[in-house]
Amino acid sequence: MMKRNTLWRLEETVMKVLMSGATALALGCLLLILGAVVWKGLPAMNLDMVTQPPQGGYYTGAGGGILNAILGSLCLALGATVVALVLGVPIALYLQIYAGRSRLVELVRLALDVLWGIPSIVYGAFGFSLMLLMGLRASLLGGIIALSLVELPIMCRAIEEVLKMVPFELTESAYALGTTRWEVAWKVMVRQALPGLTSAILLAFGRGIGDAASVLFTAGYTDHLPTSLLRPVASLPLAVFFQLATPFPAVQERAYASALVLTAIVLLISVLSRLASNRLSRYVVK
Amino acid sequence: MIRRQASIRVRDLNVHYNSLHALKNLSVDIPANQVTAIIGPSGCGKTTFLKSINRLIDLTDEVRVSGEITVDGTRVLDPGVDVTQIRKRIGLLAQRPFPLPMSIYENVAFGPRIHGLTNGRSLDEIVEHYLQMAGLWEEVKDRLDAPAAKLSIGQQQRLCLARGLAVEPEVLLCDEPTSSLDPLSAQHLEARLKDIKQDHTIVLVTHILRQAERLADYVIFLYMGDLVEHGPAWDVLRHPQQPRTQAYLAGEFS
Repeated sequence: MMKRNTLWRLEETVMKVLMSGATALALGCLLLILGAVVWKGLPAMNLDMVTQPPQGGYYTGAGGGILNAILGSLCLALGATVVALVLGVPIALYLQIYAGRSRLVELVRLALDVLWGIPSIVYGAFGFSLMLLMGLRASLLGGIIALSLVELPIMCRAIEEVLKMVPFELTESAYALGTTRWEVAWKVMVRQALPGLTSAILLAFGRGIGDAASVLFTAGYTDHLPTSLLRPVASLPLAVFFQLATPFPAVQERAYASALVLTAIVLLISVLSRLASNRLSRYVVK
Repeated sequence: MIRRQASIRVRDLNVHYNSLHALKNLSVDIPANQVTAIIGPSGCGKTTFLKSINRLIDLTDEVRVSGEITVDGTRVLDPGVDVTQIRKRIGLLAQRPFPLPMSIYENVAFGPRIHGLTNGRSLDEIVEHYLQMAGLWEEVKDRLDAPAAKLSIGQQQRLCLARGLAVEPEVLLCDEPTSSLDPLSAQHLEARLKDIKQDHTIVLVTHILRQAERLADYVIFLYMGDLVEHGPAWDVLRHPQQPRTQAYLAGEFS
């Protein structure tokens, strides 16, 4: 009896140590990355960085900032998120409500999971060849198309998970009122899932704004601010890359400052979506 | 107002879930504008029977339904029939209340809106009318814009009743509607059901014999998918003819 008890305690302690250790490791990595970005980027941070486009000789240490990349990244990620949302919600609703359980649905899910796992450089290359076919040059539009391909599987699967959480009895009681599937989908399920939808959107946006490889060929890079869908745009991940690749320590510092800006944007969007999600969960039925 | 008379005729109803024969050759006539209680031990097919009447059973995977159910002349199980119309005419009050994820007002207005039932009346009037009918108006009239989810469970169930009635069904199916409510809310709901039966055919699934005694005009006893006995409430509950009904009423199986 005694022996079993001590063994059980030992097991409990070991598991607790392992679990808290893993949590600490994950948190530690996050803090370390954030710390490094802040530590190295803060000295180069100033108002010009976020309000000015690069001036001539910026990459050898002359003045200016990365407003081109900030605005470019926002345009790219916002555009791609809107496209992925517009395509993703109907796909998820179709999979969850209309399609039922069939081979085809499982195949679509598998395809989405595979697409999720494909490296984004492949999307970039695919987007680039698509653009060549269409006679399009590296541009904001091309970047949005490639990025929305990156975001789409994330968006679809995340929304599907959110829709799965809608209680069956709720949809059932909606059907019992004589509603069509369309009405149940859009007027009941989407409303119930609204807070979760904002999380799905955030997830896709975060992936989109941080992706460098897919926009490398498709969106190009420029020192100018974005003005047209058909012109190249700069992006923050590429701004980090280009600045870090210079041999000048002062410019490398700016790379960290750019990374800091990127992190701050993602953080801001997270906080905003949390707030929105809280507001939207007012009507959610539990 | 025209008095509506919707009786339900069931002939040779069989329901299979995969290999389980859930309802076996059910044939019964449910009288119009009365409360018909379906009683029987859990797992006897009460809810399955109810869900066959409004075709909610279609949402279940791997189910086979055969036979004939006629509600006021409409053959409910015909493949060509419009399910949304069937469900509009046959309301449901579920075991646990699930209001729609919107305000109290929107919940009641939902049905009239999607079915276009306003007929010149304003939505405000309609909402008030049905909330009165469900006995909820006095409690919520000052906070119609509040989320329905914020109401107590008892209030939510009455809201669901108002929401169902607002669709103007002829038949109201109730699936153990008081099972998640406290005694006082249950009493409140039972009183509402008594009022409503003048214009509605009510089919009430219950496992509470006293509830059946209080509300039912007609009783159907199911046991393991078989219709054992049916008839006027007094006859079945007081003078059961079948040994299985007698055993159930004596409390021999739960």
